[in-house]
Parts: sequence; C-alpha cells; structure tokens
Amino acid sequence: MALSKILIANRGEIAVRIIRAARELGVRTVQVYSTADANSLAVEMADESIEIGPPPAKKSYLNVEAVLNAAKETGCDSIHPGYGFLAENAEFADAVAVAGMAFVGPSGDVIRRMGDKASARQAAKQAGVPTVPGSDGLIDDLAKAEKLADEIGYPIMIKATAGGGGRGIRIAANAAEFMSLAPQAAAEAEAAFGDGGLYLEKVIERARHIEVQILGDGENFIHCYERECSLQRRRQKVWEEAPSSALTPAVREKLCASAVALAAAVKYKGAGTIEYLYDDQTGDYYFIEMNTRIQVEHPVTESIVGIDLLAEMIRIAGGEPLAIKQDDVKIRGHAIEVRINAEDPANNFMPFPGIVGDLRIPGGPGVRFDHMVYQGYQIPPFYDSLLGKLIVTADTREKAIIRLKRALAELHMGDLKTTTPLFTALANAPEVQAGAVHTKWLEPWLEANADKLAIQQGGA
Amino acid sequence: MSKHEVKAMLPGVFYRKPSPSEPNYKEVGDSVAKGDVIGLIEVMKSFHPVASDADGKIIAFTVDNEEAIAPGVTLVEIET
Repeated sequence: MALSKILIANRGEIAVRIIRAARELGVRTVQVYSTADANSLAVEMADESIEIGPPPAKKSYLNVEAVLNAAKETGCDSIHPGYGFLAENAEFADAVAVAGMAFVGPSGDVIRRMGDKASARQAAKQAGVPTVPGSDGLIDDLAKAEKLADEIGYPIMIKATAGGGGRGIRIAANAAEFMSLAPQAAAEAEAAFGDGGLYLEKVIERARHIEVQILGDGENFIHCYERECSLQRRRQKVWEEAPSSALTPAVREKLCASAVALAAAVKYKGAGTIEYLYDDQTGDYYFIEMNTRIQVEHPVTESIVGIDLLAEMIRIAGGEPLAIKQDDVKIRGHAIEVRINAEDPANNFMPFPGIVGDLRIPGGPGVRFDHMVYQGYQIPPFYDSLLGKLIVTADTREKAIIRLKRALAELHMGDLKTTTPLFTALANAPEVQAGAVHTKWLEPWLEANADKLAIQQGGA
Repeated sequence: MSKHEVKAMLPGVFYRKPSPSEPNYKEVGDSVAKGDVIGLIEVMKSFHPVASDADGKIIAFTVDNEEAIAPGVTLVEIET
C-alpha cells in the first residue's frame, strides 16, 4: 500500500531532500527535531514537525524510543532514516516493522548481514564478487591473525566490523605494529561501537574509490552505474563524480553487474550502494562494503541517469514493484558534487558553526544545490558540518569542471567560513582536471597547497 | 585567594573524560596547572581539548558531562 505519511528521522540537507521527494509523490511529511533544530529549514518545509529531545544526537536523533513515539503520535505509516543516525541500525529497522510501520530501506536482517563488514564480505564472495584479500570473517586469535597478516602481506588494515565512514581503521606496517595495534583497535571498537570484532584487509596502494548505486524491490534489481569518490580527507569524501573517468565501458559493465548480483543474492529492497576499490594499474576491483541506505552523494547519479532515487525508495517501501528496467538506465553527461561544509580550509578545516550571512545561491544551466541554509541561520555546533552539496552536470567532465568553477564563484554565505575555496583550488589543479587521482592523493596535496586555500570568499 | 573561571571558547558539547570508558580528567579538589586538560568540547563531530588557563585548585564544575554549551560559558571554577 502506498505510503501516506512519512516521519523523517534525520535533519539537515537530507531531510530537505526527503521532504521534496515525498511532496512530489503526494506523501505527507513529519520532521523530527532536537531543540537545537527548532528553526531548521526542514522543520519549516515539512507538513508537520515534532520535537524529540535535547541537542546531543544521542538524546534525540539516535533515541529509538523518542523517534518511534514521535511517529506513532503523529500518525505516520512509515519512517525514512536518511543517512547516518539510525539509517543502518538493524534493531531500529526491526522496531519500526514491529510497530506496524514501513521502514524506508531494507529489512533489519539485510542491514545486519550487509552492515556487518565481515558477513558482508562473505556475502560478496558467495555472490562471486571479488573481495580484497583478507581474513575470512572475524579474527579471534591474535597469534593466528598475525600469521594470516604475514601471508596477506604488509601494510595491512585492521578494521572494526561495526565501524563505518572511515572510523575504526588501523594500518599496520609490520608484524610488531600489528601486535600492538590489534588489541588497541579491538578495545576502541568495543568502546565506540559496542562491538570489538575485527577483520583484516590488504592495503591496496593507489586505489580509486568506486561505488555502484543499486535499486531493488526484493525481486527485481538494477544498477544506476557508478560514482567515483577518490578525493577524500581523513577518509571522508569531499568531491564525487559520476561516471568514473577511470573505467573502460567493458570494466564498467562488469563491475556494475557484480553489484547487481550481490543485491540479488541478498534480495535487496530499497536503494543501496556497493563500494569497491579499483586498482588503476591492474584494472582489478574489490568489494569493500555495502551501505544499506541513501548516500550523501546520490545526486551525481540522479543527474546522469535521470532517476529520482529518493522517490524510488519511497515507492518501493510502499510496496510498488520497481518500474525501471536495466535497459532504461542510460548515462547522459557527467556530474560532479562538492560538499560545502562549515569548516575553514585555511585553518586546518576547523569547524565553523557560525551564522549564514549574505546568501547567494548558484543557479543557471546544470546547477543543483541541495542544502539546509537560509540567510541569518545559526548553524548548530552539535551535528556534522555539511551545509549542502553543489552538484553540476554537463555533457563532458571537462565542461562539468568549468561549470563547477562558475557555480562556486556564484556561491556566497557572507562571513561564514566554508569549504568553497578548497573546491575552487581543486577545480584548478591539473591532476584533478586530468582525473589522475586516488584515495590518498588529496591529503598530501592539501599540505603542499595550503596557500591556495586561504583565498577570500565573497568579494564582488 | 581568588576565584578564576575557565570559559568555553567554542560552542558544542562538554565532556569531562577522554572517552566513555575512561575516568574524568579532573575532579573537584584536584590541583591544576596552566595548560592541563580539564575536558573536551565536541563541535561538529570533532573534539577539542579545553586547557586550564590558571594554576590552582578546582572548586567546581559548572556544567555537567555531555552538557550542551554556548561559547563564553564558565566550565570550571578554580581557586588560585
């Protein structure tokens, strides 16, 4: 049965994005908010809103009981979790189902299976998807693990099975480091995620991060091609593109087909992303993890294939079969997204929870700005620094970079420090223009080009 | 003897310990020296240490662990 009223269990720009998709489908929206978000753009835009607790996320957006009560109280038949917060919390998805509502995403069981990094790796192997050489499942014996690390070869990554978003990862260069880092990693993972389980993965040097967007209704599965997100700082993506300029058409089809095979193997329902490392030198790709939710960078995919991924998620959660056939999915043009964060790139990306000043939003052909700001908005310090995403689309990658520079020049937020100057500098960098980057390219570049990041915003 | 107040330089959430499983940096009655870490402020998911800017003895914590704070609020009172 089609959904009629969705509770949005998130905040910021993704809450705004969900409201827009729901409204176009004629679905009513209820926005939850902490006391720090009472005057947010999402609260203003939603049909209804309901307070769920004090500013710290643990006491509001991560409070399962408060979120469920809000949904019941406002008569919602469904909950959209967005990304982050409760989006990949299997117990939450279960609880939503038990309460008789639809969770806009896969079932708790699928989240559990694919969210746990070690069991996801096994699922990928079973579906015939290449995985990074590493431990099969969790390591429980340190001495045996050290022997295995030796066989795989150093440097090796020690990863927390409950980690994500780049958290809970250690890299050991040799056996001695391994023996000291592994117990530390286990203790930290236990403290941070409540699960000290670890697994091992070979470090692929000079890899690109390539991920495939998939959609499934539990019976039919398609991919919407790939995104490349190789520009990362502290393992956080800052610049994303679709399609990847590194893949040949033959590799692209093979890689995307492998993602569909994995989605089908777990009978996936909803929108999901399968992440890979791609080795330029060999043309090999390896599964790293699956994200069982909508992702921050979904608009670059929407821009090149013309599919509204949020609308599809809502339709699927309402029980509709997937109407798009694989043959209907065609790439048109090239899209780039940059993350506009409230951080000062000239001051080591120090968070800058200031006030949005004289706001100018870029527009014109091929420009999209998904954001949470308005003039005079005080950015709360309690959540991540993402203010919005500037997405440009053009016929070619070269033209998309030119368009990005043009759109960045139009974006102003008064005295608020943002990552805008970083992207102007990157768009002018020869390596970025040539697409000659990898996941470890950005950090050394930032160190070498610190002077370029101090460029004043605003001006004319 | 006079009272000194250590104030928050950033908005965010105040923590009295480095991680949930560790003990508090300082307790009431502890001596502190200029530069000693007395807590953390989490702002936009990044953590910034708060150091004492005076020598003396802690007489009170004026905000709770995990409390939301505005810049300029007093975190700790020190007898100098």
